Amino acid sequence: MFWEKELECMAREDLEQLQLERLQSTLYRVGTHVPFYRQKFNELKVDYEAITSLEDLRRLPFTMKQDLRDNYPYGLFAVPLRDVVRLHSSSGTTGKATVVGYTRNDIKTWSNLAARILCSAGVTADDVIQIAFGYGLFTGGFGLHYGAERLGASVIPISSGNTKRQIQIMQDFKTTALVCTPSYALKIADVMMEMGINSNGLSLKYGLFGAEPWSEAMRREINERLGIIATDNYGLSEVMGPGVAGECRECNGLHLNEDHFLVEILHPTTLEPVTPGEVGELVITTLTKEAFPVIRYRTRDLARFLPGECPCGRTFKRISRIMGRTDDMLIIKGVNVFPTQIESVLFDIEGTEPHYRLVVERERNEDKVTVMVEAVESIFFDEMKKQRALVETIRRRLASELGISVEVKLVEERTLERFDGKGNRVIDRRKF
Amino acid sequence: MLRIRNLEAGYGRLRVLKNISMHVNPGEIVTIIGANGAGKTTLLSTIAGLIRATSGEISFQNQEITRLAASRIPRQGCVMVPEGRQVFASMTVEENLLLGGHSLGRAGRKELPALLDHQYGLFPILRDRRSQLAGTLSGGEQQMLAMARALMSRPSLVMMDEPSTGLAPLIVRDIFQVIVRLRQEGNTVLLVEQNAKAALAIADRGYVLETGKVILQGSAEDLLANKDVQRAYLGREKIQ
Repeated sequence: MFWEKELECMAREDLEQLQLERLQSTLYRVGTHVPFYRQKFNELKVDYEAITSLEDLRRLPFTMKQDLRDNYPYGLFAVPLRDVVRLHSSSGTTGKATVVGYTRNDIKTWSNLAARILCSAGVTADDVIQIAFGYGLFTGGFGLHYGAERLGASVIPISSGNTKRQIQIMQDFKTTALVCTPSYALKIADVMMEMGINSNGLSLKYGLFGAEPWSEAMRREINERLGIIATDNYGLSEVMGPGVAGECRECNGLHLNEDHFLVEILHPTTLEPVTPGEVGELVITTLTKEAFPVIRYRTRDLARFLPGECPCGRTFKRISRIMGRTDDMLIIKGVNVFPTQIESVLFDIEGTEPHYRLVVERERNEDKVTVMVEAVESIFFDEMKKQRALVETIRRRLASELGISVEVKLVEERTLERFDGKGNRVIDRRKF
Repeated sequence: MLRIRNLEAGYGRLRVLKNISMHVNPGEIVTIIGANGAGKTTLLSTIAGLIRATSGEISFQNQEITRLAASRIPRQGCVMVPEGRQVFASMTVEENLLLGGHSLGRAGRKELPALLDHQYGLFPILRDRRSQLAGTLSGGEQQMLAMARALMSRPSLVMMDEPSTGLAPLIVRDIFQVIVRLRQEGNTVLLVEQNAKAALAIADRGYVLETGKVILQGSAEDLLANKDVQRAYLGREKIQ
């Protein structure tokens, strides 16, 4: 099924013409409207007007997450704030988040691309979609919500959490498509089993999963236990949100929406293009964003291009599922977490040492995080009440900083292994 | 149908067009909007071969036409309706039209009566004035004559340079309605206009030209909703 067949099945030559036109006008806009890019192009003596082919893209500088933080909140916007109709934010380290904006046209494009993803996964106007992604500043919920509305489906904006209620509504409203993280889909399956509900009795047909890494094994388990066809989709708020790429019913990799995004896969250290088919970092240039265009944004996500044509007829290139990260960012319950965030919270709390260990596990299809913190010696001689109060403070502060709940364990001073330089403070025991 | 990559052109040492890339698909109305001096007419003239490109390439129906002489381009199926009509004032309406069919050559001569008839169907006023001298027509009628003359060669792409210039709003509406009809009949139109609002209202896609560069491109609907376009060309922004 196609949402915009004439675009999704475009001839490569026509696509490249469109990409070049869009790249050139995007470069003109960022080169004149965004001081950050103007300065960067000047410093590096890059003449953006001399970009005459898609290969020339490689002469342009990269944009990093740090650039977004340095220009917090509105420094990278290419339009005046009065043209912006929406702001979203993604978690960042050291308390500084990053902000992205959308014009009315951007929201329209976003809805359209999310509709494409939904449509290629099999969803139609007759479906009832339960969106169990968090709404709010996170782009996941709203992106797919607008896509589903654009498609004409019936949307249940249930947001994340309260699994029993999710299942209740799924039964009562006859939900046919589920949108959430893959681990939450399995959690729903678990709770359903506990409640004695058989998935055969549900109307569920499709599942669109994203926002965290998963595997073929997980897909099979989800398909079996929920009786659906699960597809993967990819997006990130710095670039737009969901709608960047998504799987079709062939379930053989994610089609990139190449008419709106130029995607390179580069070796993470040499930053040279990898041999086609090899794993590397996704680097994305937006071609149609008005409010927040990015040039060669280093996503830190690892994936590879998949060879061959897709039997579905789409001509857009496919990428593999996301195979990991090039930095230490963790994705826990679909939320991005940087270890440095934890460090900065602990640093501010009296009675703790900034030595910690982060243990991530997956228990019954749910991510569980335990933070082990060294407490100063005096605390351990003190009454239990003080200890408990300290644990509670750390737990609350971390929850508000990270946006997810964590367990906190106090350990005695100097019991955690010390590292020279960059140590591995994270123990990720999850298996995808 | 028409594909332009990195086109540069100008007059003498003056560089007017800078790195223009654009395309027109069959059956589309594509508009080029922009202020006076943005390079719109230069762009059309370069496509038509009246001005030589200094670099870049123009291909028309998969054929490179960048270096082709202006006189050979209409034969490829790409015709221009010039700005300010430029009808042959001392010739009759019908003579003007017959000249438009010139590029069909000897073989096409037999078709001329049918083509004439078709144009008269499209512009009934021209049938009434067929033996009148073109110079005696009103501005709107001259514009219609210029359009009909271009259509006489049964082109695959019609390029129109500012068809609304100097015409009364009611006449402009008629002219634009004709353009829509041309598309319905399967023609492809590249329309250069200063009247951005009217052009975007009938176009499928558009390019915004500023000082010789394409600064924006997209569907007509998106361009109409774009705040920069509204501020610069539609005069819609209210300053509070």
